[in-house]
Amino acid sequence: MTGTGSKALLPQRKRRRRSGWRGLVYIAPAMALVILFFIMPVIFTGWMSLHNWPLMGGTRWIGLKNYVRMFHDARFLSALQFTAYYTVIATVAIFAVAFPLAIFVEKQRRFVSAYRTIIFLPVVVGLATASLLWVWLANVDSGFIGPALKALGLADKSPNLLATFDGAFLTIVIMVVWKIAGFTMIILLTGLQAIPSELTEAARIDGAGRWQRFRHLTLPLMRKTIALALIISVTGSILAFDQFYIMTSGGPQNRMISVVYYIFNQSFVSFNLGYGAALSIALLAILVAISIVQLWLLRAGEERP
Amino acid sequence: MNTAKPSLSKQRRARKTFRADSAYHATGIAICLFFLAPFVITFLASFRHGTEARLPPLPPWPTSGISIDSYLSLDTFGAGIWQHTINSLLVSIATVVLTVAVSLLAGYGFSRYRFPLKNVLFVLIIATLMIPFQSILTPLFIILAKLGLNNSLLGLTLVYVTLQLPFSVFMMRNAFDAVPKEIEEAARIDGARDLKLLVRVLLPLVLPGVATVAIFAFLNAWNEFLAALILLSSNEKYTLPVLMMAVRAGRLGAVNWGAVQAGVAVMTIPCLIVFLLLQRYYMRGLMAGAVK
Repeated sequence: MTGTGSKALLPQRKRRRRSGWRGLVYIAPAMALVILFFIMPVIFTGWMSLHNWPLMGGTRWIGLKNYVRMFHDARFLSALQFTAYYTVIATVAIFAVAFPLAIFVEKQRRFVSAYRTIIFLPVVVGLATASLLWVWLANVDSGFIGPALKALGLADKSPNLLATFDGAFLTIVIMVVWKIAGFTMIILLTGLQAIPSELTEAARIDGAGRWQRFRHLTLPLMRKTIALALIISVTGSILAFDQFYIMTSGGPQNRMISVVYYIFNQSFVSFNLGYGAALSIALLAILVAISIVQLWLLRAGEERP
Repeated sequence: MNTAKPSLSKQRRARKTFRADSAYHATGIAICLFFLAPFVITFLASFRHGTEARLPPLPPWPTSGISIDSYLSLDTFGAGIWQHTINSLLVSIATVVLTVAVSLLAGYGFSRYRFPLKNVLFVLIIATLMIPFQSILTPLFIILAKLGLNNSLLGLTLVYVTLQLPFSVFMMRNAFDAVPKEIEEAARIDGARDLKLLVRVLLPLVLPGVATVAIFAFLNAWNEFLAALILLSSNEKYTLPVLMMAVRAGRLGAVNWGAVQAGVAVMTIPCLIVFLLLQRYYMRGLMAGAVK
């Protein structure tokens, strides 16, 4: 009797030592930082968005007026439109390059790991650095792309890539593909390698062609990975700022103002902090909605393995 | 006759695989050229003479002798390139140290202890990944000002550490989860307690996780642009990416492209070195994120 009693006591004592507030001490620094520099700012953003909040002088409660203003702000709507356009084009371009690359480096053979590393290199440098590098490459007089095209006889004179909307847009998309494709490639590669080789082998014996195997075997099995890569690419593109700020300063005729760029302008150039906060809440809502779609997509992927 | 036939077909097959291999590697080299060329062109061009800096990099290598003119002209911007490199290094290294310390403690707490609201708090930290920091920059600016940390490298560092926490705490909790509890029990019996136990016994066991957390913290802090642009207001505090905006804007309408090339080289080389040295740990972190 006593034997079982002490046995029952032992785990209880152990649990008591492990439970309680001691664990909280360990996570306290992390919680303090997250609350101070993340939770509070989010709440504060919501509070500010209900005010007229200039940099200097008094703030004034104006309720939802900032949000009403947002829907009639033609420049904000065109920033939204441009960001959506950029997101679609950049994501399609990144996938169009990254998917073939992932297939290219999938099989383990000679030099493949060197190829993977080199393709991945631009991922680890900053977007600001990459933008700066490419703004030089694309410069009309001192750059590389235009003068090289001229030297090769492909153009009569060096084209001024960043002077027109289409040229600047194309340059930025190529820069982003160069910078991001390696990342998407690695994500897709993990999905490709998770496909059992017996399956592809069986499909080949059954006479399925290369395209058929890709379309009816590879793509469905990679659904979850593709969803993940897609979400990372889409959220990254929606938050684009560095490339437009550094490469085109908003672009020819201010047509390259992304949403984050517009919030930056409102908050830190015009100092309409309240309105900037309302725009931030709108951006936040868009991204949380996308995160929810992401979870839904991932779960849908699980249901159909 | 009978032996010649198979050897012929074998030869043909060998020739075929050789041709396929050559095509494969030719494609591979072409792809690598595209991804490497911008770096190579910039590095080579940054060592051209000052007089050549304005000219297109055709050819990219220095034609009239190697010179560091571009780096010298970069030094004339802001408070000098050393000052800004040191700023960037200070912020990045402090971010690494603080991120590792804070996420080590939190990862240990979440892995080994039970306390009220544990799961809620863990989800709260991870959930901040969904919120883009771009949307909370204004209040961050105001809160830092209230704390007397506006226009300070310490303030910027604390923001960077916070941005790293969701990923880092997640990584460290998984690292501690993978350590068998028996090791800890044995160390407890030997008299190691709390922080001593954590640092002496457990830290060596979770070192790969620490390396992953550290490399991501370094690269993100070194490369970050928007927060630094907003939170730093005086010239001598600028980190490298913010300094480069002054270089990019140019003087009297003329951009010194030599200084741009030199700046890109200064900002790129540490990233490439850190990545190439610690590639294994970087990829581990990427996979962990992808699986999550």
